[in-house]
Amino acid sequence: MNRATIDLWVGIFVALGLAALLVLALKVGNLASANISDTYTVQANFANIGGLKVRAPVKSSGVVVGRVAGISFDAKEYHAVVSLQIDRRYEFPRDTIPSILTSGLLGEQYIGLEVGGDPKVLKDGDTFKITQSAVVLEKLISQFLFDKAAEGEPKKPAAAGAETK
Amino acid sequence: MFDAVLRGLRLIGRNVIDRIWRLGYASRFFAAVLMHSGTALRRYNLTIREIYFAGVLSLIIISVSGLFVGMVLGLQGYDTLQRYGSSDSLGVLVALSLVRELGPVVAGLLFASRAGSAITAEIGLMKATEQITAMEMMAVDPIARVVAPRFWGGVISMPLLAALFSALGVFGGWLVGVVLIGVDDGSFWAQMQAAVDFRQDIVNGVIKSAVFGMAVAWIAVFEGYDAIPTAEGVSRATTRTVVTSSLAILALDFVLTAFMFRGI
Repeated sequence: MNRATIDLWVGIFVALGLAALLVLALKVGNLASANISDTYTVQANFANIGGLKVRAPVKSSGVVVGRVAGISFDAKEYHAVVSLQIDRRYEFPRDTIPSILTSGLLGEQYIGLEVGGDPKVLKDGDTFKITQSAVVLEKLISQFLFDKAAEGEPKKPAAAGAETK
Repeated sequence: MFDAVLRGLRLIGRNVIDRIWRLGYASRFFAAVLMHSGTALRRYNLTIREIYFAGVLSLIIISVSGLFVGMVLGLQGYDTLQRYGSSDSLGVLVALSLVRELGPVVAGLLFASRAGSAITAEIGLMKATEQITAMEMMAVDPIARVVAPRFWGGVISMPLLAALFSALGVFGGWLVGVVLIGVDDGSFWAQMQAAVDFRQDIVNGVIKSAVFGMAVAWIAVFEGYDAIPTAEGVSRATTRTVVTSSLAILALDFVLTAFMFRGI
């Protein structure tokens, strides 16, 4: 086999390999969409973050506007401190409420921003005033059962009738 | 009785010393290959020739295996996921398992048996027919002329082959999941792109395949160079290459995975 044929085949092979890598990066991975480069950081204090993880998306109206940069625990105030990196293109009023939400029934958790009406906007290093913690499923169920029991107590026959139906 | 115990202990001791000596010899050989790499990379047509033998000639087996592994993942993944009503995440399952694990590992195992064994047999046979001694007589360094190009050919080919394997596997999974079974095309790709991170998953997969390529190429050239120069010795060295590099790939994969994906 002569030199030119080998060179041609190796060229084809390397081009194919690099093309596969490019396909993996752009079509399979999120390189094309995740290039939030210029960001500002704001803090949010939550009583409970549930299953929130670092790099979870920050969404407003369902659009990804940033990422969770870090999660730590404040041992003086006993709450979780979450720092959010938000794209500099988007500005939010100071009374915006971040809440920890779940995509789907058992999906990953993300932070949703409920936009307020303050004319002043959040700047780098600011902290959200009001936040809404993650919903813990066990607490929700126990509250539901407690409510059911409480409303069933006074008029027992009616509740029993409803159950048999 | 006492003699038998002594003999047994001596046997264990000799085996351990032999193993450690061999490991040290292999490490010194590795260092020598790296030191003589300058010539191999400067005379790059030697290395290109080896990329042809190790990489281009492995294309068929890697492509076909990747396609079929992806198709099987599509079928099996769909069967399991649809029990939980989440067949839309088929893309995530196929892409993550290929990019993180199956791509580098299966491509590495195929590469070890397809290219690694060929390298060992070639170098071993060169030694058996005294071509290597002849080179030394002509003041041509066999490590720079024969070993280093084969080593770098393997190291360069392996990540490209693993990337091809993963890409074709994802295509195979798409073929079965979307075209054949009828999972929604949009959610297949959208969920995949949301779950697969470039740095965390794809770059780590490429690092894995580069490490495996280095391990396989190292073991292959060492076993060939160290082979006993007889027909039986070369055949034993070839077998050892496939066994040792397969085990090395699996062990390294565990270590790398523990470091890369423990945090999530």
